[in-house]
Amino acid sequence: MMRRRTLADREDVLGVALLAPALGYVILLVGVPFVLAIALSFSNATAGSLRFGWAGLRNYAAILADPVFLRALRNSAVVTVGSQVLVVVLATAAAQVFRATFRGKRLARLVLLLPWAVPVSLAAIAWTWIFDSTFSVINWTLKAAGLLHGWLYWLGEPALALVAIIIVQAWRILPFATVIVLAGLSSIPQEIVEAAIVDGAGFWRRLFQIELPLLLPVVTVAVLFGVVYTATDLGVVYILTGGGPANTTHVLPTLAFQRGILGADLGQGAAIAVFLLPFLVVVAVTMLRLARRAEVGAR
Amino acid sequence: MTRRDLRRALKRTGLYAAALGFMLFAGFPFYWMLITAFKQNRDLYVGASDLSHVPWIFNDPPTLEHVRLLFGQTDFPRWVLNTLVVVVAVVAITVAVAVPAGYSLARLAGRWGERMGMGIFFTYLIPPTLLFVPFSRLISLLGLQNSLGSLILIYPTMTIPFCTWLVMGFLRSVPWEIEEQAMIDGYSRLAVILRVAPRLIVPGILTVIVFTFTLVMQEFVYALTFISSVEKMTVSLGVPIALVRGDVYHWGALMAAALFTSIPLAVVYNLFIDRFIQGFTMGAVKG
Repeated sequence: MMRRRTLADREDVLGVALLAPALGYVILLVGVPFVLAIALSFSNATAGSLRFGWAGLRNYAAILADPVFLRALRNSAVVTVGSQVLVVVLATAAAQVFRATFRGKRLARLVLLLPWAVPVSLAAIAWTWIFDSTFSVINWTLKAAGLLHGWLYWLGEPALALVAIIIVQAWRILPFATVIVLAGLSSIPQEIVEAAIVDGAGFWRRLFQIELPLLLPVVTVAVLFGVVYTATDLGVVYILTGGGPANTTHVLPTLAFQRGILGADLGQGAAIAVFLLPFLVVVAVTMLRLARRAEVGAR
Repeated sequence: MTRRDLRRALKRTGLYAAALGFMLFAGFPFYWMLITAFKQNRDLYVGASDLSHVPWIFNDPPTLEHVRLLFGQTDFPRWVLNTLVVVVAVVAITVAVAVPAGYSLARLAGRWGERMGMGIFFTYLIPPTLLFVPFSRLISLLGLQNSLGSLILIYPTMTIPFCTWLVMGFLRSVPWEIEEQAMIDGYSRLAVILRVAPRLIVPGILTVIVFTFTLVMQEFVYALTFISSVEKMTVSLGVPIALVRGDVYHWGALMAAALFTSIPLAVVYNLFIDRFIQGFTMGAVKG
């Protein structure tokens, strides 16, 4: 090279310079608040004043003795597990359908993806209308089909409301999971499937003994994102039930919002939100292990 | 018909039935938005216990009454404007910050780039519901409460991690030779970055813009936490929160708002979905 090497050629300097703004943003506005979130959970901070006193484990003691919190914790687990089980079954089935070629597939795919595109809060308000206690089209249809004799107060009874929440969460995550499983299906080497057909393996045998095991990493990714999206979601429950009736359908995020923001008890709100961490740690660790395996496999 | 033909026909029927089933499940709320948005009130508010009135169809002629109400007598147009302001600002910040970072990780960082990239990506997994408590305090300390500025400051915390990751992944698929040739031709490393690289990254930047746009349109938690007055709201906050003021639900106008917001997002999503998926699956799927 003819030109003299200058500062403008130092890759390390340029690398740091280009990365610095992103790193700064993430550290200042994700890292610091994250630490603050945990610190606040040990404090008696309130929204109105700038006081920031050490409260030790008092917030945790208070919420662990609180039946509303325990109920919210249980609801969070029930909704997350319930919706993800539904999503895995439906997404695997949907991926099998959408792998085949058929007339109108593009339109079908577009419709299938709609729930992912619509803002959560707007989808939730549409479902609120669908589940309306007087005008529910679901009740009308069930009654017209002769399947329902009484009346379903979807958002008025705790158990039914949880079912409604699970349906909406599954509905919302399904497109995303289906697309991921589809991507996984298309990456299975065709030779393996062909060899299985030659060996006389039928559809179900192929599905359960070859494709599903090979799909496992990809289904795991779908479930992990599904868990994050469901467990940490506030909009669906906030809009569908607002945590009611009588605080029976709260999940951790809605309760944290009610106590921390509406109730101005930042310490307790933060302590409730901290219980989301286990969900996230499991997700992060699994993702890392998957990524490492993919890295090893690539070499 | 032979047995084999019959089996094939059954299989096709099953396939169409399953596809239709999934379409119905996914599309039903959108159909419901559509039909509600254009129904007359006396067709809309008939109790579901009245089996003689079929709610699935227009029993009376469709009407534009709800759409007129939405655009003429609510703050919806204002919310659209607010959302656009936030979108433009957040897109500008995200592109300015995430694109160079993605380039740095893919081209300049060497071995630690991958690790660093993954570390940044993981911050995307930290949810708003964990951070809104400290942010509510931070925002009021900064004097940004109840302003669009709060959203413009905070939304990039969600877009920058994912977009840095997207750009990094995108650049991996762009051959290095063009930049290398430019350096052989006498460009400095910095000149390559300023003059050659931008052209190569354009499709990546487009993906960043679309992802940011959709995320800002969808965000609810931070908007709910920071914004309290109706005229400062964004669409995703204003529609479910402020259109139902009091006990009167204007379901027609509500569903019209949900519908009009969903359509552009659905179109955009459909075009970019494969790119997003590559970002999400992180090497667990090799495309």
